[in-house]
Amino acid sequence: MELLVFVLASVMVLAGAIGVIAYRNPVHAALGLVLTLFGIAVHFVSMEAHFLAAVQVIVYAGAIVVLFLFVIMLLGVDRAEDLTVEPFQIQRPLAVIIGVAISGLITAAVVRGRSTLGERIDSGVPGDDNIRELARSLYSDNVFAFELTSVLLIVAVVGTVVLTRRQRGGVDK
Amino acid sequence: MNLLNRIPSADPMLDAESFWWQPLAVVGLKVLVVFVIGLVGTMFMVWFERKIVAGMQNRVGPNKAGPFGLLQTLADGTKLFFKEDLIPEKADPFVFRIAPFLAFVPAFLVWAVIPLGGDFTGGRDGTVTWFGQVTRVQLADPPIGVLLVLALSSIAVYGVMLAGWSSGSKYPLLGSVRASAQMISYEAALGLSLAAVLMTAGTLSTSGIVSAQSSITNWHLLSTGIVPFVVFLIAMTAELNRPPFDLVEAEQELVGGFHTEYSSIRFALFFLAEFMNVISMSALLVTLFLGGPQPLYLGGVDIFAVLGPFGGTAWLLLKVFAFLYMYVWFRATLPRLRYDQLMNLGWKVLIPISLGWFILLAALQVARDSDVSGLEYALIVGGCLVGIALAYMLFQAALNVARRNREAEGAAY
Repeated sequence: MELLVFVLASVMVLAGAIGVIAYRNPVHAALGLVLTLFGIAVHFVSMEAHFLAAVQVIVYAGAIVVLFLFVIMLLGVDRAEDLTVEPFQIQRPLAVIIGVAISGLITAAVVRGRSTLGERIDSGVPGDDNIRELARSLYSDNVFAFELTSVLLIVAVVGTVVLTRRQRGGVDK
Repeated sequence: MNLLNRIPSADPMLDAESFWWQPLAVVGLKVLVVFVIGLVGTMFMVWFERKIVAGMQNRVGPNKAGPFGLLQTLADGTKLFFKEDLIPEKADPFVFRIAPFLAFVPAFLVWAVIPLGGDFTGGRDGTVTWFGQVTRVQLADPPIGVLLVLALSSIAVYGVMLAGWSSGSKYPLLGSVRASAQMISYEAALGLSLAAVLMTAGTLSTSGIVSAQSSITNWHLLSTGIVPFVVFLIAMTAELNRPPFDLVEAEQELVGGFHTEYSSIRFALFFLAEFMNVISMSALLVTLFLGGPQPLYLGGVDIFAVLGPFGGTAWLLLKVFAFLYMYVWFRATLPRLRYDQLMNLGWKVLIPISLGWFILLAALQVARDSDVSGLEYALIVGGCLVGIALAYMLFQAALNVARRNREAEGAAY
C-alpha cells in the first residue's frame, strides 16, 4: 500500500516536473507545477506529516502558483514564447552547468548518506502531535531564524514596492 | 471510548475487531450519505433561494414543477444536461474542460470533514454505534480537519481563475481576475478569524472543535468574543462570491463573469459548486462557532431529544438553515459593493480587526494558562487594549498619509 502510494505520488511529481519544462504555454507549465506540489503533499501525507501536507497545498498550490498565474495573465504572456530569441547570451550554457552541478551535488549527497536512508527515524511523536512539535521547535529553538526569515520577507516586499515605484519616474518625491 | 482516544487519526472503526463487512458498510453508508446530502442540499438551496427571493420581491417564484415548485431545480438540471456543450474557438480546450471540475470537486470534498450529527445529549461526545461499530457521523476526521477546508478553498480559486482565462475572451478574464483577487484577499481575514477559534479549541480536528463547545457559553461564538464570528461571516460571504460581494459576476459590467462562455453541463457544474459551497461553508461556520450538532438547551430542555441519535443532525440542520436564510436575505436586500470598497473592507478593516483580536485572545490564553491573579489578568487585558489602540492609531495615520500621497498624485475620491 505504502509502495503504491509512493509510486503514484512520484509519478505525479515527475510528470508535473516534466510538464513544467516541456509545455510551451506558461499557464500549462504552471499547472504542471501544481501537479508536482500535489504529489509532494501526497508524499507528506504518506509519511504522516499531515500538517506539512496541508500547508504545502495552502501555501504553494493555493497562494504561490495562484500568484504565478495572476502575473502570467496580467502580463499577457500566456502564449507560447519564441525560444529562438535569447536576451542573455550566456544564459543557456550557464543553466546547463548549474543543472549538472546541482544534480551532481544531490547524487553525491545521496551516495554519501546512503547508509542512513533506509532507517526510519522514530521521533517518538505520534503523527498528530507534529503540529505541536513543529511549533515548539519553531518558536523556541529556532525562534531567531524564524523571526529573521519573516523580517527578510517583509524587507523583500517593501523593497519591491520602493523599487517599482521609483522606476516610474517623478512619482516618488 | 478508549479505542477512540487511542487512535486519534483516521477513523476509529478501521482498527476495531469485527466482521469484515461492518467497517465497509459504515464507510459506504457515510460516503453515500455525504454525496446525497451534497446533491439534494444543493437542489434544495437553489429552490429555497429562488422561492425566498421571490417572496421578498412580492413574486410567486417557481411553482410548476412538483409541490411548491420543489422539482424546478431538477428540471433545470435535466435541461442543462441536454444542451449543446460549446467550446469557444479561442478557448484553450484542455483547461476549459478541466476548470469546472476544479471548482466542483473541492466544493464536494468539504463535506467529508464536517460533523453531520451525532449523539451529544447529556454531554456525550458525539459518537454513535452503527452495525456494531463506534463511529462519528462524519466521513473523515483527519487530525488537520479545518486546514483541509482551507486547502480545498484555495484549490477552488483555480477553477474560477482557469475558467476565466481559458475562455479566451475579455469579460470572463476580467471576472476571473476579480474573483481570484477577492478570494485571495479575503482568505487572509478568514484564516485569521479561524485561527482564533482553533486557538480557543486547542485542536484542528472538526470533531474536536465540536466537542469543545459542549454548552452555550463554550460556543466559540461567545468564547472568542463574537468579533471573529462577524469577521468570518463577512469574509466567508466574500469567499463565496455571494451578494453583496458578487462583483465576480456583476452582470452590468461583466456579462456573467468567469463562466460567461460556459454552457450545458459545464455551466451546471459551476452553478452546483457555487450553491454547494454556500451550504458547506454555512455548515463549517456552524461547526466552528455554533457548536455544530451540539444541542442548545432552552430552559434545560433539548427540543430535538425525541429524535434520539438524530437530534444532533436536526440541530445542525436548524442552525445551517438560519445561515442559508441569511444569505438569501443578503441577496434580496443588500446592494453590491464597488470594487475599491470591497478591497478596502478586506484589507483595511477585516484583516487588522481579526489580527488585533487574535493577539488579544492569544494574550488572554497565555494569561489563563499560567494561572495569574485577577489583578494581573486585568493588567494584561488593559495592556493589550492599549497596545491595540496604539496600533490602530498608527494604522490610521499610515492610511491618512497614503491617501494624501495618492491625492497629491492626482487620484480623486
